Amino acid sequence: MSPATLLLLALLLGLATFAFGRYKALSIARSKGGNRYLHSLPGHYGMMVGLWCVLPALAILLAWQLFETPVTNSLLDSAVPQSISDKGEKAVELYKNDIRNIVSADQLDQVTDPDKKHAALRLNHLNSFSRIALLIVMLSAALIGAALAYRKIKASTEARTVVERILHVFLVSCASIAILTTIGIVFSVLFEAIRFFQQVSFLEFVSGTKWSPQTAIRTDQVGSSGSFGAVPLFVGTLLISAIAMLVAVPFGLLSAIYLAEYASPRARSIIKPLLEVLAGIPTVVYGFFAALTVAPLIRGLGESIGLSVSSESALAAGIVVGIMIIPFVSSLSDDVITAVPQAMRDGSYGLGATKSETVRKVVFPAALPGIVGGILLAASRAIGETMIVVMAAGLAANLTVNPLEAVTTVTVQIVTLLTGDQEFDSAKTLAAFALGLMLFVTTLMLNIIALHVVRRYREQYE
Amino acid sequence: MNESQQTAFEDIKETVGDVTVDNPKMCLKNIDVFYGDKQAIYDVSLDIANNEVIAMIGPSGCGKSTFLRCMNRMNDTIPSCRVSGEMMLDGEDLYGPSLDPVLLRARVGMVFQKPNPFAKSIYDNVAYGPRIHGLANNRAELDDIVVNSLQKAGLFSEVQDRLDAPGTSLSGGQQQRLCIARTIAVSPEVILMDEPCSALDPIATARIEELIDELRQNYAIAIVTHSMQQAARVSQRTAYFHLGKLVEVGATNTIFTNPTHELTENYITGRFG
Ligand SMILES: Nc1ncnc2c1ncn2[C@@H]1O[C@H](COP(=O)(O)OP(=O)(O)OP(=O)(O)O)[C@@H](O)[C@H]1O
Ligand SMILES: [Mg+2]
Repeated sequence: MSPATLLLLALLLGLATFAFGRYKALSIARSKGGNRYLHSLPGHYGMMVGLWCVLPALAILLAWQLFETPVTNSLLDSAVPQSISDKGEKAVELYKNDIRNIVSADQLDQVTDPDKKHAALRLNHLNSFSRIALLIVMLSAALIGAALAYRKIKASTEARTVVERILHVFLVSCASIAILTTIGIVFSVLFEAIRFFQQVSFLEFVSGTKWSPQTAIRTDQVGSSGSFGAVPLFVGTLLISAIAMLVAVPFGLLSAIYLAEYASPRARSIIKPLLEVLAGIPTVVYGFFAALTVAPLIRGLGESIGLSVSSESALAAGIVVGIMIIPFVSSLSDDVITAVPQAMRDGSYGLGATKSETVRKVVFPAALPGIVGGILLAASRAIGETMIVVMAAGLAANLTVNPLEAVTTVTVQIVTLLTGDQEFDSAKTLAAFALGLMLFVTTLMLNIIALHVVRRYREQYE
Repeated sequence: MNESQQTAFEDIKETVGDVTVDNPKMCLKNIDVFYGDKQAIYDVSLDIANNEVIAMIGPSGCGKSTFLRCMNRMNDTIPSCRVSGEMMLDGEDLYGPSLDPVLLRARVGMVFQKPNPFAKSIYDNVAYGPRIHGLANNRAELDDIVVNSLQKAGLFSEVQDRLDAPGTSLSGGQQQRLCIARTIAVSPEVILMDEPCSALDPIATARIEELIDELRQNYAIAIVTHSMQQAARVSQRTAYFHLGKLVEVGATNTIFTNPTHELTENYITGRFG
């Protein structure tokens, strides 16, 4: 039986034992004169029994999945012929692998070598034994668990507490999976980055101003030892993010204020979703909008007033990234502005303030922490944005703050470093991890600051 | 409205007692207020006198707040609300060209039922009104106004060493006194108070009542309250509202000891009609 079938079986058993447990609790209740003489609801008793049935079964199923292969593998040792085991560890593993393939592909009758046939038969045997054993062990664990729980049912049994505790543990484990994944990602990036820093000094990475990650693939190749100064990339990233924020903050904030304070409910119901559509446009679309529409426009404009503008410019990318994150700023700000209590506005009007005074001096300061949080969140979006920049800002690692020139960003370089055929442990590919780590640290700090700002003000003003 | 309410409503014909006074600060005549299609105030006329506290009492939902909010045009901030009638402040029409709502609200201040300090420091809360109206020419003058208002509201001694703390960090009673200080900082001529003590403990209430009594020397005050004792303690005149109509007006003494209208008597003696 496949693991999926076993899982289903365990769940069905759980349901059945749930019914039994509930029934027993109900009959106890009846003999006592009503449900209120039970410590918990009848359903809780059922759930307790059901969970004690399902959980051990699941634990055993999981353990079996983890340990079945190693165990059968080592049991297979005796079937490996002497001639192979003399050749050493590696040959044995290869041989076993061969056997494993034969069995899993079910090609037993095509095998001619008697030794192999013998081994394959043995593995087959082991496998079927394992399957039957699993079924028996799992079912008995389920039934024993259920029976123990069932026997424990008395009017005074604290089934509700048990169920609540199990639920609690379940929820905690769900939450920890997300956290563990994050930690896992961080560590894998961290370790690769450390490998990179063994080849390239950290100091050069954070202070070098030349970025050209071409390393020689073969030792006899000429030139390019590669230089990994990440400063131009971070400057490029900051330049583009700054331009983006210059676009997004005023437009986002002002539209949020308009939506929250001035727009009629009708206008609001139309404009707000329209603005949020901006957030739903795929970034590739923004990317070619930037590369094919905005960049030539800026170039044309620049040249008409005698400026030299490169066809890929930080300005074009920055503006479009800014447009993309307008809805982040406006939507979050709109929410916090609307959440400012009407009583506060009334208080201001009651003192003879005009609408704009009220908005500027009462509503806006009250909403500020939330707004700052929204802006910082948008900033981390801008910093991490890749697609638009790849398409519109170029690949040249210029160290410049002139928005009319082509620049490149951290994310763009990560993409170019990792696409195409690459040797996985060259400095070139490992550099991507180091960049990723730096980027992660930057956005993490932004988020921490955002959270801190929001929390500090919230404590003060709520 | 159910049937008995309907008959009670129709029974309220004309306001008992004299709605006018000798030295009116504000005169309101034939006020009707609608929320959408629903009428909340029916043809109410009432004068507010100088240097006097008038208490407005009546069962919940009878329109006291609505009527109070007419006097500084706060109802204009509610989109569905429509007000008609004649409203005067010192003989000037509230809706006339010489009085825009912004100026009006600086002259007719309001203290709300729930304390609503701004998300600012204590100092800035009180300085807000003087700042927007340009009442102080320099920092020293502003300091004066703030300290003075806090003193008048009986809050200064409690907050003098933490004027930079957020207004919301105060207790409920302190917040309400802060809101009162904020209102008197713009030196209004009339102060409207909508159940200013409903969230306060007896000690804070007693303080605010004292304060109201002092403020009466300089201002005209209208106060909405659910506490009959409070009305009796602080006011000189009392107006009884019922189902959007003004049933009876008179000297507080008379209303509480010898009311004329049956509904007033029922309400005051605790038998709601
Ligand atoms: N914003 C509004 N929109 C619609 N109807 C309203 C609004 N405010 C008040 N009303 C209605 O107007 C009537 C009078 O309300 P008002 O708030 O003036 O009563 P009140 O006498 O102050 O009551 P309370 O003593 O409970 O504060 C009520 O029937 C209420 O439902
Ligand atoms: Mg009210």
